Amino acid sequence: MAIDTPPKGFIGESIKRKEDDRFIRGKGNYLDDISLPGMLHMSILRSPFAHARIRSINTKPAEAVPGVVAVVTGALLEQHKLAWMPTLSGDTQAVLATDKVRYQGQEVACVIANDPYVARDAAQLIDVDYEVLKAVVDPYQALKPGAPLIRDEKKDQKDNHIYHWEAGDKAATEAAFKKADKVVSLETFYPRCHPSPLETCGIVADINPATGQATLYMTSQAPHAHRTLFALVAGLPEEKIRIISPDLGGGFGNKVPIYPGYVVATAASLLLGHPVKWIEDRSENLISTGFARDFHMQGELAVNKDGKFLGLRVKMLSDNGAFYADAQPSKFRAGLFHIVTGSYDLPAAHVETDGAYTNKAPGGVAFRCSFRVTEASYLIERLVESAAVELKMDPAEIRLKNFIQPEQFPYKSATGFEYDSGDYPRALKLALEKIGYEQLRKEQAEKRKRGELMGIGVASFTEVVGAGHGTEYDIAGLRMFDSAELRVHPTGKAILKLGVKSQGQGHETTFAQIVAEELGIPASDVEVQEGDTDNTPYGLGTYASRSTPVGGAATAMVSRKLRDKAKKIAAHLLEASEADIEFDHGKFFVKGAPSKSKTIQDVAFAAYTNLPEGMEAGLEGVTYYDPPNMTFPFGTYVVVVDIDRGTGQVKVRRMVAVDDCGVRINPMIVEGQIHGGLTEGFGIAFMELITFDEQGNCIGSNFTDYLLPTSWETPRFETFETVTPSPHHPIGAKGVGESATVGSPAAYVNAVIDAVGHLGITNIDMPVSSDKVWTALQEKGAAE
Amino acid sequence: MLPAAFEYASPGTLDEALALLDQHADDGKVLAGGQSLIPLLKLRLASPAFLVDINRIPDLDVLEERDGALVIGALVRHKTAERSSLLANRYAVLAEAAPQVADPLVRNRGTLAGSLAHADPSGDWGSVMLAVDAEFVLRSRSGSRTVKARDFFSGPFSTLLQPNEILTEIRIPARRGPTGGAYLKLERKVGDFATVGVAIQLQMDDGKVGTAGIALTAVGPQNIKATEAEAALKGQTLNDKVIKEAGQLAAKAAEPRADLRGSEAYKRNVVRIFTERGLKRAYERARGGG
Amino acid sequence: MARPITITVNGDKHSLEVEPRLLLVHFIRERLRLTGTHIGCDTTHCGACTVLLDGVPVKSCTVLAVQADGRQVTTVESLAVGGLHPIQEGFKQEHGLQCGFCTPGMMMSSFALLQEKPDPTEDEIRWALSGNICRCTGYMNIVKSVRYAAQKMKAAAAVPVEAGARS
Repeated sequence: MAIDTPPKGFIGESIKRKEDDRFIRGKGNYLDDISLPGMLHMSILRSPFAHARIRSINTKPAEAVPGVVAVVTGALLEQHKLAWMPTLSGDTQAVLATDKVRYQGQEVACVIANDPYVARDAAQLIDVDYEVLKAVVDPYQALKPGAPLIRDEKKDQKDNHIYHWEAGDKAATEAAFKKADKVVSLETFYPRCHPSPLETCGIVADINPATGQATLYMTSQAPHAHRTLFALVAGLPEEKIRIISPDLGGGFGNKVPIYPGYVVATAASLLLGHPVKWIEDRSENLISTGFARDFHMQGELAVNKDGKFLGLRVKMLSDNGAFYADAQPSKFRAGLFHIVTGSYDLPAAHVETDGAYTNKAPGGVAFRCSFRVTEASYLIERLVESAAVELKMDPAEIRLKNFIQPEQFPYKSATGFEYDSGDYPRALKLALEKIGYEQLRKEQAEKRKRGELMGIGVASFTEVVGAGHGTEYDIAGLRMFDSAELRVHPTGKAILKLGVKSQGQGHETTFAQIVAEELGIPASDVEVQEGDTDNTPYGLGTYASRSTPVGGAATAMVSRKLRDKAKKIAAHLLEASEADIEFDHGKFFVKGAPSKSKTIQDVAFAAYTNLPEGMEAGLEGVTYYDPPNMTFPFGTYVVVVDIDRGTGQVKVRRMVAVDDCGVRINPMIVEGQIHGGLTEGFGIAFMELITFDEQGNCIGSNFTDYLLPTSWETPRFETFETVTPSPHHPIGAKGVGESATVGSPAAYVNAVIDAVGHLGITNIDMPVSSDKVWTALQEKGAAE
Repeated sequence: MLPAAFEYASPGTLDEALALLDQHADDGKVLAGGQSLIPLLKLRLASPAFLVDINRIPDLDVLEERDGALVIGALVRHKTAERSSLLANRYAVLAEAAPQVADPLVRNRGTLAGSLAHADPSGDWGSVMLAVDAEFVLRSRSGSRTVKARDFFSGPFSTLLQPNEILTEIRIPARRGPTGGAYLKLERKVGDFATVGVAIQLQMDDGKVGTAGIALTAVGPQNIKATEAEAALKGQTLNDKVIKEAGQLAAKAAEPRADLRGSEAYKRNVVRIFTERGLKRAYERARGGG
Repeated sequence: MARPITITVNGDKHSLEVEPRLLLVHFIRERLRLTGTHIGCDTTHCGACTVLLDGVPVKSCTVLAVQADGRQVTTVESLAVGGLHPIQEGFKQEHGLQCGFCTPGMMMSSFALLQEKPDPTEDEIRWALSGNICRCTGYMNIVKSVRYAAQKMKAAAAVPVEAGARS
């Protein structure tokens, strides 16, 4: 009988996750689990108003509460030049408000106490005298003359306009539109939503007064970049700052920016000589930390009668809130929005974006999306749906007609991207086959005759992920490379240290598998370490699906570097010439004599005990990988919905997802990522929303109003794959963390529009709630 | 997330609890399941100085038919109602409402009586009680009184319950003859408050409607008893026309306000649709169809 | 004012003085340093703090520590006795977790479900877990994890029968 050998964890094997053992025992180490001797607790007092001048702050009643150690205000921070901090987009942001508050929930003062309950008691007692100002919450209103000036502290800022940015060829696009038979247009709003990882943000700042050593335990997706920014902002010497990002309870982009709470807790620890802990409440997380989207879009598609696309014209207005704090590392003001040509061979395109300040929380982070790729993908896929409806063409057919064809890769898009690889027709056809598209269309036709509403939505997205290369992508000048350091010990076990940082993606398993594939050391023998800046090579962190495209590539390259050295050692051990040594999954052997071999473990031992003459000892290396290009994952999602004409309720009956993220390292983990993204996309499409009333009061600042899907509503997903490797990535992988959040919202909404398009309903903005659907039906006389 | 300070007692008898409440009539509050109160404490939207926890008082968890009534004690939790075969077999509207309240974990703690005393106009139980014509026993140190559900609610989060009283018992007329009920709820997700809820109770009499109970959730300052719709059904044979008319009258009784869950017109329409659908379902049940 | 309470957590009795306002979740996490029970919201929605109170799953952020005086609390730390509990095994085998933050609460709800319904259907699992939010997995694999545990527990229960221990 065969004895089961444990899986080696090579690429393509769905081995179980190494990190799970601690999580399933309740032995994860999340930020709030950290408790240090003498630790104090911080509570933040936030503004109840969206726009108000601060006349005075009386902290005395709070200071008098037993257990309170200090109350920090903007005035105190100003003495240390810390009242304002730079954002990742070259703007400034208040740490604690000094002159005005500019959004509801803005940080005004902090109480440090020996107990979190006491800190909250005292924060309530701080007396702030506000002069309430007129708030502006709509970016179109914000740009009108006479609108209240939000950033009056900025010398040259005379209005609420932040930036204007363009991409593509305007003249060529105008020409294309002149030639076209028809112009299909769509005005749509991608509403403000929030990543809402289940763990909120927090810090334990521990500055040793004797040594000046600053150890900052932080919920950080980018610990190295954060360390450098702390050094630049706070003037702390970088070698004395150690950021430790422990186990993260999700991130989805929410843990990329630096928040005021981190800065105040650090300053407080410095001033008080005690560790200071700050953990957000959920309400604080939703009201003040990095939101996503809030993008107003007008798209026009120039088409011929036969359905061929000629050009695309897009105008957007971005609502950035009170501070321009987009956490995106590209040189492009609207991030990577110009991927808006999507999966289509569009000869001409032009994109224009403006950004506006409003009295709303800042952020504009990518919520599980590579810097506005989600908005772009949503717009083009919705626009294509509109074209299909207007031209009375099948939405699948019109896509097939306009796709970039497999032989066109590498493909230069009209807005300047070079797509690496793709086979869009194959993914679409597979999705149609799996869902039984033709049969569903027949069913839909029959139901329509009976007055029943059923829709089939298609979306064929293309993403651009894996920033950078360093010439176009950087954070504060830090080029978007990433790193891997590999140490193989004498017994053949290894430690891999990375500059990226998992938030649940399973790095400890996936990256170990890359080493297994490249060096033949079983994944179980490779310990992956991340998140501690003292202990890992410099990297830019995990967001924008960049871990596998960049950190994964660095891992493959460093493994190959070690393999090259190992080969020399193997030649020495086998007494053969290096040129005659072949390698296959952990075995070195002499060409033509496979029985004469040495394992990687033999070689590792020899690297410390029996080296060729003149060779340096050890089997270690580090690689910094600057990717030559981005990667372009793609796929097609098809959704079937049924709509209740009496209540407007939309029931997602089926969801088929075909994803092509290139080579899949651990298919189980990849599928898990897709499930999660499809669920977040479902939430965004149907229920997740942060909105504001006219006074700027935030609606959606706790889970009573900000709705996250539960197991009950969430559709059951059917996932499939095609594999088109990336030609420029060492192992052909493209990254998958965000595909499903990017691609799925349009598929859900298209399904709804497909059900009601024949009634003349062309658009329903997200979240597509039952009342909006019913109201749209009612307006067309089609509601029950 | 961190409540303000308060004092706390968990008396072992109802008399002790009532005495404590009497003593703290100005700033006291009863703690039963706590699934509405504790979140309010955490957000510091409520900060009573004294909590009287009634969870340790024996015999408040009674759920049984007694003296011509279904009796539900103050500590009967949503989950008990959800799992009760008595309710499943004989009180469909309660059985159908129970699993739609909040989420499974909240249902494990929260109580029917606590939910009624909290009197959130979006609460499901208020409508159920109005539909089945329940009455509530309110006890204080000085005695007890019984009020009809239809007199109990007086506005959003306000009732006839005095600060020194405890709602100790819900009494519902015991099922007699062919009876059917239904509870329809539109929520945006599990755990959400109702956008609209409609509770229906039908007592059939010789093939015609004997009495009908219809009540509405989340479409007014309190749970609303749709009395005109109820009256219109009395003595009728349930056909499409009668059902439609009842739906329209129920919609007329609603006083919805536009919010993120929908417009006034939308909510009114859902009331109409749910009343129609609920009547059909309740009628099926009354005829023994489940 | 602080008052003495005694709570039995995972079989161990703990007698401590607490303020009435102390939430059970803080008692467990801060006073006993059992940090497997997490906090994900402040409005009783997420279920990351789910523990068993006298065997019943509750959100421990919505119970006062004083209310648990004299009662039994069971947390995630108690699941593995010797080896992993079948539920823990299920979550690992079926990739029922990603960031792991909701996992303890999710497993405690699953544990209670399997006590009540040893062989739940997919709908029953989804319904029973609808008070626990997971932001990462999309629930597909959580359902599979619970099914895995149900099968495994059924098989374990059947072993003595096969061995001839039928009574």
